Amino acid sequence: MSHRGSRVLRLDALARVEGEAALHLAVRDGTVAEARLRIYEPPRFFEAFLVGRGHGEPPDITSRICGICPVAYQTTACQAIERACGVTVDEPLVELRRLLYYGEWIESQSLHIHLLHAPDFLGHPSAVELAREHRAAVERGLRIKQAGNAIMEQLGGRAIHPINVRIGGFYHVPAPAELAPLADRLCRAHDDALETVRWVAGFDFPDAEYHGPLMAMRDPGRYAIDSGTPAVMAAGVGSNGSTPVRALPVEEFERHVVERQVPHSTALVSELDGHHYLTGSLARYAVSGRWLHPSALDAAREAGLGDPATGAVCRNPFRSIIVRAVEVAHAVAEALRIIDAYEPPSRSYVAVPPRPATGCAATEAPRGLLYHRYAMDADGTLTLARIVPPTAQNQSAIEDDLRRQVQSRLDRPGEPPGDEELTALCERAVRNHDPCISCSAHFLDLTVERG
Amino acid sequence: MTGRVVVIGVGNPFRRDDGVGPAVIEALRARAPAGTVLTDSDGEPGRMLGLWHRQDAVIVVEVVHAHPGQPGRLHTLTAERAARCAARSASTHALGLGETFALAAALDRMPRELTVHAVEGEDFDLGRGLSTAVADALPELIRHVAKAIDKAHDRLRCAGALTDERGSA
Repeated sequence: MSHRGSRVLRLDALARVEGEAALHLAVRDGTVAEARLRIYEPPRFFEAFLVGRGHGEPPDITSRICGICPVAYQTTACQAIERACGVTVDEPLVELRRLLYYGEWIESQSLHIHLLHAPDFLGHPSAVELAREHRAAVERGLRIKQAGNAIMEQLGGRAIHPINVRIGGFYHVPAPAELAPLADRLCRAHDDALETVRWVAGFDFPDAEYHGPLMAMRDPGRYAIDSGTPAVMAAGVGSNGSTPVRALPVEEFERHVVERQVPHSTALVSELDGHHYLTGSLARYAVSGRWLHPSALDAAREAGLGDPATGAVCRNPFRSIIVRAVEVAHAVAEALRIIDAYEPPSRSYVAVPPRPATGCAATEAPRGLLYHRYAMDADGTLTLARIVPPTAQNQSAIEDDLRRQVQSRLDRPGEPPGDEELTALCERAVRNHDPCISCSAHFLDLTVERG
Repeated sequence: MTGRVVVIGVGNPFRRDDGVGPAVIEALRARAPAGTVLTDSDGEPGRMLGLWHRQDAVIVVEVVHAHPGQPGRLHTLTAERAARCAARSASTHALGLGETFALAAALDRMPRELTVHAVEGEDFDLGRGLSTAVADALPELIRHVAKAIDKAHDRLRCAGALTDERGSA
């Protein structure tokens, strides 16, 4: 097969990504003409669904958007509504919310690292084959994940779609004795998480670089997850001892981040001031790496990511697996810190009376920055809901990364790549960015055998 | 440790017929015998593996996509058959139910017994509510699962009695 001809690759289903996505790649005369990721995105459905509902409902309703990151949706929704109503939540409740969020981070990032991403680096088609050959590593990943699950169940009331979160705080806050068993699990998970960093740091990483702007929440002094302000590190900025970032007040988010429809995807595609950009682990590490928990900082240095304390930046999407592993170590250590210092809040929630207003908020879901804006009338009836999920924001950047990686392979001297090789390369490139295409169906595909 | 009967309704109520698993669990809450664990799940493999112990009898309720299809038709699948049906990327994690069972086997975490009770779906679009074909089949599916729960309890009791006999011998 000549790489000079024209060919089209269609992947109607991408393996090992969160949810449903398809890819269309067109190569003409040795040049990548098109790389289109088709994503089935439900938040727009939810935006319409929310209008006319009460201002207390977005946390419960939006948590249903995604089985993987319901806390991200709940936390962002709560913050946006609370801002609209001019309510400040007590700091102990903010810390408890943060603990719940860490639970989700631990669970979600561990799943991706061990079951979805690691097989790529170890030459296995799936987690099943990986488990047969690297059973201890997969068991370790599941142990870490279960520590996250335990936090979700304890604080959220159940493992999926937590029901204990409400605007202003929680329906019920735990007694210290209820959190103590979590600490025992998390101590083990911390050792496991550091071991995972060492494990993934030993993988072979192809050369690749994402050159575009990186956007993440920034809250000086903290590896921002549920606080701070969106901040942008300019295209091409790397490890130069400083991290010049541009703050983007969350109230101005929609002025800079413009969503548009594209014919090939039900997801809206976002651009930042007219350019594609990346949110997620690489962006967070670039913007906030210096504020990681000390144990995670050490792990990052030992893993060859440079020294985040002096502004090291990682722009290689393949190495995002190391960054995610470092983030898990950070989340576990921070969860332990919160539990150690925990004293029951004086009240489980702060009243959030409605008023005619608009409020917006952004937090860091495991896969990247998540933005919500709500408008309500005097009795709290929602008149507008706007949700910008991370995968929609990353779609253009992922497509750009796909084009670059495929082009780089086509330009390499020697035997031209076959379709199978290009397909594998595309799938890896997409999985590096851990897109979460939520609200998907999970039916078995069954062939009826007739005797 | 005596095993439990664990019934898992896998699905997403916001994707039409994919909500059939959770719908069956909801219907069984008022009529399942004591000692039955009823839970719904999004099918995420890490969580699925945490829902059962090796001594348990597990019943999974799921929707299937069949070729050629006959929406509303019921199927009872063994774990082995379900594992062979592992579809690429037909789940929240591209690790479908079949792959979850295969992963459990690879990690030596399969339960004592595992069966899948499924109905062929028709409509997986965004939104709530089952298609007519699946809604019509729902009462029969609930009866099938209720009967399977009773039989599983009987088998566990027999197994427990055998274990007690051996223990006292």
